Amino acid sequence: MSAQTLYDKLWQSHVVHTEPDGTALLYIDRHLVHEVTSPQAFEGLRLAGRKPWRAASILAVPDHNVPTTGLPKEQAGVQLSEAAEKIYQRWFKSIEDPIARLQVETLDQNCTEFGITEFRMGDVRQGIVHVIGPEQGATLPGMTVVCGDSHTSTHGAFGALAHGIGTSEVEHVLATQCLLQKKSKAMLVRVEGVLGKGVTAKDIALAVIGQIGTAGGNGYAIEFGGAAIRALSMEGRMTLCNMAIEAGARAGMVAVDDTTINYIKGRPFAPKADLWDKATAYWRTLVSDQGAHFDALVELDGAAIKPQVTWGTSPEMVTTVDGKVPDPLAEADAVKRSGIERALAYMGLQANTPIIEIAVDKVFIGSCTNSRIEDLRAAAAIARGKRKATNVKQVLVVPGSGLVKQQAEQEGLDKIFVEAGFEWRDPGCSMCLAMNADRLEPGERCASTSNRNFEGRQGQGGRTHLVSPEMAAAAAIAGHFVDVRELMSEVK
Amino acid sequence: MDKFTRLEGLVAPLDRANVDTDAIIPKQFLKSIKRSGFGPNLFDEWRYLDHGEPGQDCSNRPLNKDFVLNQPRYQGAQILLARENFGCGSSREHAPWALLDYGFRAVIAPSFADIFFNNCFKNGILPIVLDADDVDRLFKETAASEGYRLTVDLERQLVTTPGGHSISFEVDHFRKYCLLNGFDDIGLTLQHAEKIKAYEEQRRQTEPWVFTNA
Repeated sequence: MSAQTLYDKLWQSHVVHTEPDGTALLYIDRHLVHEVTSPQAFEGLRLAGRKPWRAASILAVPDHNVPTTGLPKEQAGVQLSEAAEKIYQRWFKSIEDPIARLQVETLDQNCTEFGITEFRMGDVRQGIVHVIGPEQGATLPGMTVVCGDSHTSTHGAFGALAHGIGTSEVEHVLATQCLLQKKSKAMLVRVEGVLGKGVTAKDIALAVIGQIGTAGGNGYAIEFGGAAIRALSMEGRMTLCNMAIEAGARAGMVAVDDTTINYIKGRPFAPKADLWDKATAYWRTLVSDQGAHFDALVELDGAAIKPQVTWGTSPEMVTTVDGKVPDPLAEADAVKRSGIERALAYMGLQANTPIIEIAVDKVFIGSCTNSRIEDLRAAAAIARGKRKATNVKQVLVVPGSGLVKQQAEQEGLDKIFVEAGFEWRDPGCSMCLAMNADRLEPGERCASTSNRNFEGRQGQGGRTHLVSPEMAAAAAIAGHFVDVRELMSEVK
Repeated sequence: MDKFTRLEGLVAPLDRANVDTDAIIPKQFLKSIKRSGFGPNLFDEWRYLDHGEPGQDCSNRPLNKDFVLNQPRYQGAQILLARENFGCGSSREHAPWALLDYGFRAVIAPSFADIFFNNCFKNGILPIVLDADDVDRLFKETAASEGYRLTVDLERQLVTTPGGHSISFEVDHFRKYCLLNGFDDIGLTLQHAEKIKAYEEQRRQTEPWVFTNA
């Protein structure tokens, strides 16, 4: 057999049937569900008199609409139980928006009706769907993982084939356990070298998008490889694969190694005893073979990557922290030039302004991109013993799950944040997309660890700059963007 | 799903690259548990001058007169002309639902984001990829003549201008077949139920850990 890419292996092992034009029925191992993109799918299922093909493949959680305040204190350590149910009832009533509350309620009802495991509000395991899947070991190497959410690419960090799907596809997977899919082309993004201090997976992701553009990965599944990727923790790999969709690729992935396997060991859904050995032996084959063919190759020097800051309204509108806001006059392409002009007008920025002179009104540390324990530790290391700048109105720190929150509190990170004037919140998607009450007001400027700087994403008229957790915390302290690398030499 | 065979319709030009699904339908409207009724909120932040909320009567809201869909000449448009990477960002199917509810049945662009592209086919909307040069020409022709209409023939895979110039486009055979017939693809997939069960049985043997419950 000829040399195969990781993507080839994952694809081939899940094909159930192929149409003459290459459209395949791909078997789905894990289906993650949240409240926003599933109600119409369950309704469709009911109307057609169908049932989920394999309810045990599904893990559901409300995350987009949930409030990040008001969770009763007793929550710590509580799993689905009578006590959790009581907490849930109380917290649930704190969703003030009746339409949002109905959506969360609808998810609960659908999960009860169809016998689906759900981590409800109030359960310590509740959190952002792309944080809790890996945290529980529900995402495993060699799996196909789908969710009605574009950031499902996150789970590819485990050597899984994971992508976001629409609601019709959610219904299709519920009903058939399969997804209709055509094979993508394969792209290798190779990052060699050693990342500099203060440079993170987020900076790699933004640097890649800056290089290939937000449409650069359209039609591709991206594998991230090279020494700089192998050196990343699982949290870092998740951050990177999470942003693959911002490069246009429906799936991002990283080959399995010791880091992957060590992360999974002992997690609730992970195989145990004899099965563990059998599983890990198989998982270790989930790497691209030597000499495997990729349709495209993108190379970056990890040592040359600097902290990144977006300046516009698309993740490809990005530069380095020591850079400047671009000048549209320097752009030859007319469509791109008008895009830059429109972005600068929306962002309220002047051409050629140095990035470090841009002041921020709010800071958001959270989202499925950067809300895991490692992200919170990194932000806390910058904030320790400091205080947010007076011009910064609000700094939100939103852990990715109840368990991340618990861990952070055990490490005392919450105290560091609170002493710095940051707000320590409850888990959820929060101000990444501002479906709950956390949002920017028109004209407010935010340093955000999330994934999208689109117009209105964090609130109508809000202005988003995407950065790493370290850079976000540093901006909160300084009141404007600063090169976190300079700060770090002070710290240690 | 409605069939898509042949469409002769008015064209509206949206001259921006990277139009994302947050722009097509902002997040506050995603709280709905229905598939319909998103049309009045299509491009909400660009289309109106005030902030929109779900359940609001949009007929009295102040319109942004500069936004292309508010111009009288484009009322009733069924074909949207766009630039690169249309539909990028969130996987929300509310984006094609909003386009469809507004009245669009086809979108023409040099490229589309993958998930959006896929979502269109599930809802009887035809996304058509044409060369950037062809798209550019269509933008110019649309601007030059009021009431500019295109004919889209899915069977023959052709877009034809009022001047009789035809441009061919690619479409996957299976997607074309589903769209031409208005087929529900769940029904088609379930014809392979035995194959799915056999596959599942085999995987249970080789990778049992995939099938263990929470």
